[in-house]
Amino acid sequence: MRRKSVNYAKYGYIFSIPFVLAFLIFNLYPTLYTAVIGFTDMKGLGKTTFKFLADPFQNFQTILKNPSFQESLGNTLVIWIINFIPQILLALLLTAWFTSPRRKIKGQGMFKVLFYMPNIITAATIAILFSSLFGYPMSPANDFFVTLGLSKEPINFLLDKMTARGIISFIQFWMWYGSTMIVLISGVLGINPEIFEAADIDGASGAQTFFFVTLPNVRTILLYTLITSLIGGLQMFDIPRMFIANGGPDGATLTTSLFIYNQAFSGSYLYNRASAASMIMFVIICVLSAMIFYVMRDKEASKIYKLNKKMEKEYKRQEKATRRAA
Amino acid sequence: MKMNRTSQIVLKIVKYIVCITLAVLSILPFWIMIMNATRSTFEIQQHAISLLPSKFLASNWAVLEGKTFDPIKGFINSVIISTGSTACAVYFSSLTAYALVAYNWRLRQPFFTFILAVMMIPAQVTSIGFYQFIYKIHMTNNFLPLILPSIAAPAMVFFMRQYLMASLSIDIVNSGRIDGAGEFNIFNRIIIPIMKPAIATQAIFAFVGSWNNLFMPLILLTNNDKYTMPIMVSLLRGDIYKTEFGSIYLGLTLTVLPLFIVYFLLSKYIIAGVALGGVKE
Repeated sequence: MRRKSVNYAKYGYIFSIPFVLAFLIFNLYPTLYTAVIGFTDMKGLGKTTFKFLADPFQNFQTILKNPSFQESLGNTLVIWIINFIPQILLALLLTAWFTSPRRKIKGQGMFKVLFYMPNIITAATIAILFSSLFGYPMSPANDFFVTLGLSKEPINFLLDKMTARGIISFIQFWMWYGSTMIVLISGVLGINPEIFEAADIDGASGAQTFFFVTLPNVRTILLYTLITSLIGGLQMFDIPRMFIANGGPDGATLTTSLFIYNQAFSGSYLYNRASAASMIMFVIICVLSAMIFYVMRDKEASKIYKLNKKMEKEYKRQEKATRRAA
Repeated sequence: MKMNRTSQIVLKIVKYIVCITLAVLSILPFWIMIMNATRSTFEIQQHAISLLPSKFLASNWAVLEGKTFDPIKGFINSVIISTGSTACAVYFSSLTAYALVAYNWRLRQPFFTFILAVMMIPAQVTSIGFYQFIYKIHMTNNFLPLILPSIAAPAMVFFMRQYLMASLSIDIVNSGRIDGAGEFNIFNRIIIPIMKPAIATQAIFAFVGSWNNLFMPLILLTNNDKYTMPIMVSLLRGDIYKTEFGSIYLGLTLTVLPLFIVYFLLSKYIIAGVALGGVKE
């Protein structure tokens, strides 16, 4: 019997081989390779050979001092913040309405389906659609503004820095609030109903229940949403690239991903600088991931794991004691 | 009491107005797009918003098709890549999850911790190394570098593991063993059918994710014949369609149509899947 269970354990290793291999080849190796390229002189189309630089951190210094990179980091954050704050507020409001036990909204299923819909459509398509919708001089948005008398002449939306950023933020907001809402609703539905009953008996109003019972209980999910959204936001590429050419007015919509892409794959082929910029982003994202990992860690599992270790230690100590006694 | 009642009715009206406005906001851009796909450039220039279709669909199609934009080729390429990577992702993620749940091996816990740790690391920031690696082994303009990496999908392994922990009873595995089935056969014949609901949910998201991916195909595929749907879409921004508004809208519509069909057929499962994804505690 014992021999059999030892025998089965090897399948744990065998069945994990494809995952581990694919991870090593397509994930770990490219990551290390990117890091290495960051320290070299590799540039130019089709070049695959490289020499390490005399000053290994030269590319990193160049990138960190590059005004375009600094600006792209700022743009990315601005676009993310303008999208995230209204997104989370609207998602919370809708969550409060949709989970309110007293006054149900009819057609909730249909609303959820429609709110989530933009999220599933190709981002590249949506970006080009919006750039057509906000085109100049003739476009649906201009048609709307002029017909309603809000503006006498057609507006060239994409010439103004904040308007261009604002529209990209709006697209992000529009694509993601439904998803955030569904996640939050499922979080609220996961709260023990007895807590709500207790609040009800204590005479809490709907708003009181929401702020003092619901919100504290979905704290973890809110934090998770915040960090995943930030990680996603830092990699924003499809929408800014397809919405306006060349990073928009004065580079207002040049995001870091777009900056990296332009460095490496359009015109200059500066693979080394792009790698250095990638690694800077990589470190930022790793720190954020570590935060999620910490927040979401399998609490039960880690408890059991610690308990096991403790027992193991105890067992070894006893064994030593018995050996010494013998 | 009366005050309270009126304010409740007002609140109810406000709720419905907000929800209906948001619903309209979700539909309207796509509606304008589909309507404009049937209108001529002249009509669009006169009035860019129309809620009713016109009759220039055929001529828009003729203009669209006469240039580099090839929706059928893009569709076929996208189907090949998305199907391949989805199949790899769900099969090998299930296999890895099964290894994590069913067997007691020494590195099991460290391996799981490792999967959690790499779950959030994005592919995009390592794209330069990936591109150089693929370029060096002459695999650009090949679909395999876009398919095979999905064998290692940490987030999906995590999800599959949670599902298996809840639904797998070791008795079923043992009865298979008594019948003399090998471990690999047990996985294929017994475990995969048990995991069908989880596989279906994850397959939808993997497929849509791969279908919508622009970054990797854009850097790896340079040959027109290999373009995927999102790259085809990006051609619509180029100069060749500059003033052909009707055709641009038609091209966009064609890329969205398959997604709409999938979404409205499977929306129930998709919404449920999004809800599950959030509760990872």
